[in-house]
Amino acid sequence: MIEFRTVTKQFPDGTVAVDEFSLVIPARQTTVLVGSSGSGKTTLLRMINRMVEKTSGEIEIDGESIYKLNPVALRRSIGYVMQNSGLLPHRKVIDNVATVPLLNGVKKADARRAALDLLDTVGLDRALADRYPSQLSGGQQQRVGVARGLAANPNILLMDEPFGAVDPIVRAELQQELVRLQRELGKTIVFVTHDIDEAFLLGDQVVLLEKGGRIAQKGTPAEILSRPANDFVATFIGADRGRRALRVEVVNGRNVVVDADGRPTGVLQA
Amino acid sequence: MNWVVNNIGLIWSLTLVQVTLAIPPIILGFIISLPLGWLANRFRLTRGALLTISGLLYTIPSLPLFIALPAILGTGILDPINVVVGLTIYAVALMVRQTADALASVDPGTKQAATAMGFSGWSRFWKVEFPLAGPVLLAGLRVVSVSTVSLVSIGSVIGVTSLGYLFLNGLQRDIPGEVISGIVATLVIAIVFDFILVGIGRLLMPWTRADRTTRSSRRAKGIKAPGVRAAENPVEVMAK
Repeated sequence: MIEFRTVTKQFPDGTVAVDEFSLVIPARQTTVLVGSSGSGKTTLLRMINRMVEKTSGEIEIDGESIYKLNPVALRRSIGYVMQNSGLLPHRKVIDNVATVPLLNGVKKADARRAALDLLDTVGLDRALADRYPSQLSGGQQQRVGVARGLAANPNILLMDEPFGAVDPIVRAELQQELVRLQRELGKTIVFVTHDIDEAFLLGDQVVLLEKGGRIAQKGTPAEILSRPANDFVATFIGADRGRRALRVEVVNGRNVVVDADGRPTGVLQA
Repeated sequence: MNWVVNNIGLIWSLTLVQVTLAIPPIILGFIISLPLGWLANRFRLTRGALLTISGLLYTIPSLPLFIALPAILGTGILDPINVVVGLTIYAVALMVRQTADALASVDPGTKQAATAMGFSGWSRFWKVEFPLAGPVLLAGLRVVSVSTVSLVSIGSVIGVTSLGYLFLNGLQRDIPGEVISGIVATLVIAIVFDFILVGIGRLLMPWTRADRTTRSSRRAKGIKAPGVRAAENPVEVMAK
């Protein structure tokens, strides 16, 4: 469990990225922070592994303040996956995956063996192990990034718009992979995105952020869809444009669900 | 041509002297520029100061410098150390800016990722920033290498014998073969040094060629593009 308690972050230039933010992120679930740019979502994520230091407030992991830990040790204990993969271009795929275990002093042969297993876990061909990142497609690079995030077997996985830079087809594929992985691994995932559909797909808990890290609404996707807290939320999730307003029409004796434009999206099961 | 044949021993021994005098400044210049370049890249204040000073160093004319150095260093006027120190100053003058630029060329996203993985500041520099700055560092080192090899000759004017002796002596005695052999030997050294540097670069930075090699070997073996993961034959790739 990760807990933010009245955390504020003011950057040296005076901008308040996050103002008195409080949130409990439950263990072994996926929490998605979603908002447009300037909502402070990435700042919040990076405060968890102290890439960004707080101005005031407290952040705890399993009841222990993260400020009592050495930042480097803290970061090695938390998985991190970023946009554009963030792979080290001068290291082979296998060594990229093994980065954190190697930093932790695991023997090279052992780290590499474990890294090969991880390639299987994220659905990558082991033959890619000896390639350099530049020799992979964008989707493959993101998979390597996920494998690297998992390599030290962390309880917590931070994901900063990890699928933002790949094409829609690959993105959908990667999202499904993540859903499968999370079912198997049960990590505490904190996922940042500006894509509300991605948030609803992946999140057990979705936290909608307004400017300055103000929580507009939090809850399960169903809770937010069924009762948007205010106009901002309604606009953000597309309820105001009727995009989420599905209705049922009876066709051939079956209940067909159609969207606001009258396009069928599925059939209601009895 | 006769002169060359008769004096091949002299040319060879002067070539060796030239090489011996050129290597230390190149290596020392690289090593000294590393912390200075890092400082120049790290802080805005130091950047202006260091780059200006190192730029000014290069404007010192070489002949007066070689003559002034014995007085400053307390060395003998004919001591080869004067040449080594002088050329190191020029190497540093060139390399500080290049090192700063090389470190600045490293993608900030990659540096952030390294921090997020848990690299400490020191290990992030040596294991991530330094190697990734490699291609730009190498480019600078190649310029320094060529410039140093040719500047060693100036030492001959103050009496530190090198291939420069052949130009001076050849001009005075009007032996074109001697002058030309000095030029050719200097060129050959510069070219050989360049080959060695490029070779070291290829050895230490295999990732810079990774794109090219796979593309060509893929063509040769008929392996499909990386996008088609499932279709690839692992054995073929492993065999590479």
